Amino acid sequence: MKNLKFQYLDHTGDAQFRAFGDSLEQAFQNAAQATANLMWDPDQIKGRIKKRIQISGKDREQLLVNFLEELVFLFESQEFLLHSVMDLSIKQVKKGFHLEALFLGDRLSEEHDIYGSVKAVTYNDMKIKSNDHYMVQVVLDI
Amino acid sequence: MKLRQINEYTWEIPKQGDMKVPAVIYSSSSLIEGVTKDRALDQARNMACLSGIQKAAYVMPDAHQGYGFPIGGVAGFDMDQGIISPGGVGYDINCGVRLLRTDFNEKELSSHKKVLIDAIFNKIPTGVGKGRSRTLKGKEIKQICIQGARWVVEKGYGVQEDLERTEEQGCIKPADPGFLSSRAISRGSNQLGSLGSGNHFLELQKVTQIYDSKTAETFGINSKDQILVMIHCGSRGLGHQVASDYIKLMEKEIGTQGLPDRQLVNAPIQSKLGEKYYKAMNSAVNFAFANRQMIAHLIREVFENVLGTSGNMKQVYDVCHNVAKFEDHKIKGKNTRMCIHRKGATRSFGPGHKEIPNIYRHEGQPVLIPGSMGTSSYVLVGTQKAEQLSFSSTAHGAGRVMSRRQALRSFRGEKIKKELESRGIELRAAGWKSVAEEASQVYKDVDEVVRVSDSLGIGKSVVKADPIAVIKG
Repeated sequence: MKNLKFQYLDHTGDAQFRAFGDSLEQAFQNAAQATANLMWDPDQIKGRIKKRIQISGKDREQLLVNFLEELVFLFESQEFLLHSVMDLSIKQVKKGFHLEALFLGDRLSEEHDIYGSVKAVTYNDMKIKSNDHYMVQVVLDI
Repeated sequence: MKLRQINEYTWEIPKQGDMKVPAVIYSSSSLIEGVTKDRALDQARNMACLSGIQKAAYVMPDAHQGYGFPIGGVAGFDMDQGIISPGGVGYDINCGVRLLRTDFNEKELSSHKKVLIDAIFNKIPTGVGKGRSRTLKGKEIKQICIQGARWVVEKGYGVQEDLERTEEQGCIKPADPGFLSSRAISRGSNQLGSLGSGNHFLELQKVTQIYDSKTAETFGINSKDQILVMIHCGSRGLGHQVASDYIKLMEKEIGTQGLPDRQLVNAPIQSKLGEKYYKAMNSAVNFAFANRQMIAHLIREVFENVLGTSGNMKQVYDVCHNVAKFEDHKIKGKNTRMCIHRKGATRSFGPGHKEIPNIYRHEGQPVLIPGSMGTSSYVLVGTQKAEQLSFSSTAHGAGRVMSRRQALRSFRGEKIKKELESRGIELRAAGWKSVAEEASQVYKDVDEVVRVSDSLGIGKSVVKADPIAVIKG
């Protein structure tokens, strides 16, 4: 299981996943992959457009919700399809947490197969665990 | 958790712990098992813990696990002590159903069915990320948020009668798009007149059963095999963003301390933030009414292009099933203004209610219950009994029983299309995956859901219709 990036769990109405990593940053990165993978295959997307993103949240949970929502928002408002997340850093700041990352991806065109949607990122059953390994669990409204 | 059966169709979780009222579950011996299997009952108990909740936390027969409230959850809150919660409305604000009737019967349409469904599929953007080619300006979006379906009709896309036959006349007040974020507006800019994805669909149906011919006739439905058109969709990205934004704002200003679930974050109705959410949510409600109005117009246009006439395509009604509204209900025999949350539940006003258009007031409000892909849909009529039992609410659809992942493991989209075709049902879809995810087997038995509503008397059966052509978002 060591190399598993994320796995989907069964949820009656919506989509639930766990994403893993050796660091919180890596778990967040894999969470973005798990979210994108519900809508398109990130491996099939070219990384020709770069978007620098900055997110903040009052705690790690809110940071995760805001981070994943950015991905959904960029898709719906700018037709941006995520390929991968680079240089993700999370810092503790006075009012909580701050995240910076680089999104690599492409603009939606005829060649892309979009097979699902994510309406929103929820707090339902959200878990962020950090023992020797990091795990984040998220329910998405789809 | 203690779950007590009260009668054939009613279960109760008695008041315990932090619950302010009991939870009442309307179900049947065959449906209750599904409700107890996921977390719907925990969520019903959580609902019952919220400030100012009155009488009981109600759970409709099609209930399943949501977040915050269960899907199928209905709760009424005191206007002074109570709260309003985005988690009690859902992300897809004013997800709802519009039903149109025609003079056509199945036979008259059969040779044109394929052309018709292809033309509709080409006309109405369907599926993920599919918006309309014309992008609306921020100013126009804001106007739509204030005027709702009225804006669309004034542009020439529909008739006055459509508005009369829409919940809130297609324009709920007060709405203030000034309380929408620029993100919400930009997510709405290319989505008016588009279906979206997930469980949303558009169907041509034929009437297969009439249970109450007098009421059916009032609703414009006269005979078996008559063709109906059903539209199931909501406020799209604009509504989703309003929910996300206000969950965040409420977390920030009010916090989630003492709440059993962070997703239940809320604001007092009588607070600045509560008022802002109410007016922002109403903006999304209006956007959804406008969206269904636009789609209805496009369908009429396609009928006229293909068949030379829309076949007297008139609106039966349009209901919203994800909403919080201020309504009058009886508390201890006294008419009391309350904030009713319906999350995956349909309003079901009985005969004589002032909110029902004149033409239907004698019978009651039409209640539209969409089935799942390939199964029946129903028209019910609201009752006075629903006022006593469920703050005038009943079910909103079939309700899922199986996760989308399980569905993908169990079904293949191509095979479903073949099966439907063998039953004479044309299917057009944006992708196979959504077809497999929405296979009728992943839903509860809609016939049983409607039977429970009818037997309890919270919504009486009027008409059953089966699909002849389906467009899947």
